[in-house]
Amino acid sequence: MIQIMRALGVTAVVVASCLGNQAVAQTKQLTLCWAAWDPANALVELSKDFTTKTGIQMKYEFVPWTSYADRFLNELNSKGKLCDVIIGDSQWIGGAAENGHYVKLNDFFAKEKISMDDFMPATVVGYSEWPKNTPNYWALPAMGDAIGWTYRKDWFARPEIQAEFKKKFGRDLAPPETWDDLKQIAEFFQGREIDGKKVYGAYIYTERGSEGITMGVTNALYDWGFQYENPKKPYQMEGFVNSPEAAKGLEFYKSLYKCCTAPGMSNAYMSEGLDAFKSGQVAMQMNFFAFFPGLYKDPNVGGDKIGFFVNPKQKYHFTQLGGQGISVVSYSEHRDDALAYIKWFAQPDVQKKWWALGGYSCHKAVLNDPGFPKSAPFAADFLKSMDIVKDFWAEPSYAELLLDMQKRVHDYVVADKGTAQEALDLLVKDWQKVFKEDGKI
Amino acid sequence: MSTLAEQAVARTPRRLALRFRGMSDRAIAWLFITPSVLLLLAINIFPLLWSIQLSFTNYRANRPNAAIRFVGLDNYRDILTDPEVWHAMQATAHFVLWSIALEFVLGFGLALLINRRFRGHSFWTTIILLPMMLSPAVVGNFWTFLLQPQIGLFNGAIALLTGLDPSSFQMIGDVRLAPWSIIMVDTWMWTPYVMLICLAGLRSIPDYIYEAAEVDRASPWRQFWSITLPMVMPFLMLAILFRAIENFKMFDMVNLLTSGGPGSTTEVASITLKREAFEKWRTGYSSALAIILFVTVFGAANIYVKALNRVKQR
Repeated sequence: MIQIMRALGVTAVVVASCLGNQAVAQTKQLTLCWAAWDPANALVELSKDFTTKTGIQMKYEFVPWTSYADRFLNELNSKGKLCDVIIGDSQWIGGAAENGHYVKLNDFFAKEKISMDDFMPATVVGYSEWPKNTPNYWALPAMGDAIGWTYRKDWFARPEIQAEFKKKFGRDLAPPETWDDLKQIAEFFQGREIDGKKVYGAYIYTERGSEGITMGVTNALYDWGFQYENPKKPYQMEGFVNSPEAAKGLEFYKSLYKCCTAPGMSNAYMSEGLDAFKSGQVAMQMNFFAFFPGLYKDPNVGGDKIGFFVNPKQKYHFTQLGGQGISVVSYSEHRDDALAYIKWFAQPDVQKKWWALGGYSCHKAVLNDPGFPKSAPFAADFLKSMDIVKDFWAEPSYAELLLDMQKRVHDYVVADKGTAQEALDLLVKDWQKVFKEDGKI
Repeated sequence: MSTLAEQAVARTPRRLALRFRGMSDRAIAWLFITPSVLLLLAINIFPLLWSIQLSFTNYRANRPNAAIRFVGLDNYRDILTDPEVWHAMQATAHFVLWSIALEFVLGFGLALLINRRFRGHSFWTTIILLPMMLSPAVVGNFWTFLLQPQIGLFNGAIALLTGLDPSSFQMIGDVRLAPWSIIMVDTWMWTPYVMLICLAGLRSIPDYIYEAAEVDRASPWRQFWSITLPMVMPFLMLAILFRAIENFKMFDMVNLLTSGGPGSTTEVASITLKREAFEKWRTGYSSALAIILFVTVFGAANIYVKALNRVKQR
């Protein structure tokens, strides 16, 4: 009897230890936080390779764009442990670095021989560095993105539309190169009936609540000459933010909103643009490149029906930077595993697969590949765009700066309040107040 | 035969009985209310006191490493001299006054109609009550679609009635119409609530008063002015108080419908507060704003309750 009891005891100990080991192996898990959109699904697919290779399970926390900043900035500010790895917006980098939310990656990069020279310079500055243009890295460029445009290639190609356009404007109907061209084309399509449906000229961002109208209007402002500050004297904004040229850019954006957008687009951002384009409502759509793979696959408006073009130019040629870097959250209890994920993600082969799955790699091994421009119909435009990107402030106070701009621009463009010059003058005052409180001026 | 008290004593466990023996009624009362008081202190009074303290600082919740500086009354001065805050207060006042006025008139009118017994009376009461049973978030979302100029049913209905092109006007994207859109949606949602309270008031009026009035040959109009209205007035005032407090702090529905736009046209005080507190992270400043709003509502409600008591005593 005693022997039976001993045998049972030994068996129980062995079983318990096996189960215990299994439990430990199962708890090796990383949580990755990002926005809920198409590239996030591609990343889920890609990360299966990481799990296969390391045995570390991946868990995801994806939040819709409209609450993405609120949700994750709250999480970081409260030193939450939800996210081990985060793909945070480019503008968060200053605050996240200065407030200690992200792990500084310089030593890790040096140890693992990950070189920032392997990534496209604009993405390194935009997504990884704080202070900007200094070799202090807080993220690995993960998802390159910028504003681009889609257009209805099938409509543009119709002989009767081509003929009418040529008769009216004396030139071929083709993707616009300048903002004036774009407006002319948008006016041409506005209210036109195509296949029995009333269509509209262009879709542009006008959203008020988060960052929408700022991400839209800057594309025009930059091209007219808007600058955030005096290049020679940081934080000196008078005459740069509110220069007469910048005011003209703002006036133009408003005129485009008034003349050539669909009714009811007074508070619209990325998803509304996708809906408008997919439902065949607009001839041209402003949106981030990240959505273009999905649009190209769309059964109704994708394939041969869709074309892409770079943000138009005017006096200058820029486009708004989107995209994000991937960072390790300093409050994570799985820091080593999180760094292992970054190391794995930085590999050229993984980056190639990332692009193939629908993510936008920032790695030169992908982007400098001779076959890259032809690898997708929008790849060449993406490359061109990434050469001309400009980003919003990435200061720790970016949220205040952003909300000020949202208010001033929306007040002028959508709510018809004051003039463009007054709106930008007020914006300068708002921003001066923020930087003054920060002790920067 | 033992009394109820004796039965209760007999059923009380001996150990418990020993513990309470000798305690005064007051001590036992304190024993019972202490957990609730502690809970109230923890979740209401402590945060309030903490907010008051923060309102005198430059604290920002998103900068945990930054030094917290005492700024005295600076936050209060900044708020009270900020035209944007005054604009938000005006937008709030416009929303509160008009929505309450409409809900009052329509709610009372509906209550008068529903108070008359007719066939299908219960069915119609239930139908009328449906909007207030929905979540404000749901209401905000589906009214966004209803007010959509191209596919929205509201624009379609107006077009049908007036012959206008449905996409020729936009309710939530137009500076003149947006404030009325939020008033309209709030009225649609909360009129039933006012109606319900008024109905309770109407049902509480004894029939014999009307019978006496009829004996005295009082006209229906006279009966309304001299009996119905004065007797329902305390209920009406209560409904107005509840709705005014609710609408003063209205956030979810307005945020979903307009996000405070176009521009800042419908940026009511609660949206300003949310932006300052959780988007700009000016915790000290937003605490001061919250205190100002709290004092405003609390003060107005107190004055109103005193008026209500006077009406009740009449």
